[in-house]
Amino acid sequence: MHTKYESQLREPLVYGEKNFHQVTEDILRPIEVKPSRLWYIGFFIAVTLLLFGVYSLYREVTYGIGQWNLNKTIGWGWDITNFVWWVGIGHAGTLISAVLLLFRQGWRTGVNRAAEAMTIFAVMCAGQFPIFHMGRVWLAFFILPYPNSRGPLWVNFNSPLLWDVFAISTYFTVSLLFWYSGLLPDLATVRDRAFTKLRKKLYGIAAFGWTGSTKHWQRHESLSLVLAGLSTPLVLSVHTIVSFDFATSVIPGWHTTIFPPYFVAGAIFSGFAMVQSLLIVVRKVFGLTDYITIGHIDLMNKVIVLTGSIVGIAYLTELFMGWYSQNKYEGYTFWYSRAYLFSPYGWSYWGMMACNVLSPQIFWSRKMRRNVFVTFFMSIIVNIGMWFERFVIIVTSLYRDYLPSSWSVYYSPSIWEIGFYMGTFGLFFTCFFLFAKYFPVIAVAEIKYVLKRSGESYKPEFEKLEAQPLDKFIHDNTHAH
Amino acid sequence: MAQKKFVVGCFDEEKVLFPAVKQVRAAGYKIKDVYTPFAVHGLDHALGMRETSLHTAGFIYGITGTTTAISAISWIFTKDWPLNIGGKPHFALPAWVPIIFELTVLFAAVGMVMTFCYLCQLAPGVKKHHFHKRATDDLFVMVIECTDKTNTDDLKALLSSNGAIETDVQVAEEGWWFGTYDKEDNLYNEKQLA
Repeated sequence: MHTKYESQLREPLVYGEKNFHQVTEDILRPIEVKPSRLWYIGFFIAVTLLLFGVYSLYREVTYGIGQWNLNKTIGWGWDITNFVWWVGIGHAGTLISAVLLLFRQGWRTGVNRAAEAMTIFAVMCAGQFPIFHMGRVWLAFFILPYPNSRGPLWVNFNSPLLWDVFAISTYFTVSLLFWYSGLLPDLATVRDRAFTKLRKKLYGIAAFGWTGSTKHWQRHESLSLVLAGLSTPLVLSVHTIVSFDFATSVIPGWHTTIFPPYFVAGAIFSGFAMVQSLLIVVRKVFGLTDYITIGHIDLMNKVIVLTGSIVGIAYLTELFMGWYSQNKYEGYTFWYSRAYLFSPYGWSYWGMMACNVLSPQIFWSRKMRRNVFVTFFMSIIVNIGMWFERFVIIVTSLYRDYLPSSWSVYYSPSIWEIGFYMGTFGLFFTCFFLFAKYFPVIAVAEIKYVLKRSGESYKPEFEKLEAQPLDKFIHDNTHAH
Repeated sequence: MAQKKFVVGCFDEEKVLFPAVKQVRAAGYKIKDVYTPFAVHGLDHALGMRETSLHTAGFIYGITGTTTAISAISWIFTKDWPLNIGGKPHFALPAWVPIIFELTVLFAAVGMVMTFCYLCQLAPGVKKHHFHKRATDDLFVMVIECTDKTNTDDLKALLSSNGAIETDVQVAEEGWWFGTYDKEDNLYNEKQLA
């Protein structure tokens, strides 16, 4: 068997003179040395935010939802906005690991592990919002269908809110399994390099006794492929179902059939932006620029400009339908509550437009796509824009309902509502800091798999292949059997 | 449990490994396993392994999920406690599609991962003999089980002549055990490995 051929025209996925051992060294180095001061500072900030969030939640649980500035008209404010925002961010990981695996995109190997971890943490954050929005959070288990002593009274299987329960919990479980089964070989590498007894013991437990047997690898490959096949429709279904929370209602601005594709595109958009924000920092701090290359950043920016433009078309389509339907309630919501800059929430709509539709167009330029600072800045802008999008959808549709006497005064969140959101940032970054310290942030085994095909120092070997006459090349490189 | 004798040959190149596997098998030896740091495509075929049927198991778990969802929801909504929701039909299949789909995926994924762990005998705390520390780093470690007739010196020579950079004979536990690794299983030391 010869090494699989990949054209020299393709950018290398791994830069520098590397061999297998060097790959192990480079990627595992950050988790085998003491963390830097920067890590401690970041971790401290994250834990502080988390504690503030816990206190905010304590207020909410003790005194009730009244601690938030929600009212009868705007019943879904910041918390459901934040829920949808975090779930959206939680879409990139599985998209990268599953969809790109099915499409045989080799570049996923550099970024998939960290993106999957990010997905899991983002979904954990997302889950907090609907659970605590229930008010009596100690009764949250009522959402599970189980034979109970209250009749038994069952949950409503026809309700999109229950679909959401199933979708989010399934998504979390499957993402976790996918992530951890992929981690097993890498944890085994860490275990076999352990230099203290404690490390050997803990990583030994975590690695499940992985040895790297060929039969195990064969099953592992099959497992990854089928999990990818399952996760691909799953990842599309999750945000589709989240959009059903809105789309199956009869509220102007929510009751539209465009929601599922538009939400999924938005989710990928914001998820990739979050991956960029995290990985641009991680690659620099951990010295992994040879593995998470400018090429990776370039490719992810292409996804961002594509999905950002899809979202833009969805916004315009909504506006068009608001006029074309000639439904006065729709028209009022889209053309007054949202698109009219001087309406009470017009600023949020135009903020969304600027962040999500206009600014990502900068990535049509290759120079901008490959500029780390521009990318980092844009990734933050995109996530601000995507937060605005959810805020626009929820609040501008609710604050003036069918009954003018109940039109809401200007809604602004209370400190505890903001605190809850900050707390989920704390949770997210606490988890991510711990992940980056104790787990390999790049899939070591997968990098080794692509190394000899796509590594910079191995690519020149293909030069003589490419110089061959076409007939000989076809003869040598097509399947003989 | 059973202790057995194995001859171990380590390779550092895929290009060398494949012809070596062919030669060793042609010479009539039974390769127990090749331990590799990453999934080497085609190695399972070279070793004459059959295809895994894990995906078939996944399919069965999947349809179990589908059936569970359909039967549970339809029993609950038509027999156990029929709710009148705006006079709509009790048997509302289209509205159940999302949950049916989610349960299909959930059952398939959880079932497959558990089957995978069972087949490969993987679980938290499980220990297995490691023929070479660098099998999870940068070496391809071929392990051949010895029989009464095996001449270990011949076999080692065969492995070396086929490009093995390191060969040795080990007596090892074949299965897995709980607890700690052997006392000889030293901690990682770069000098010792190099």
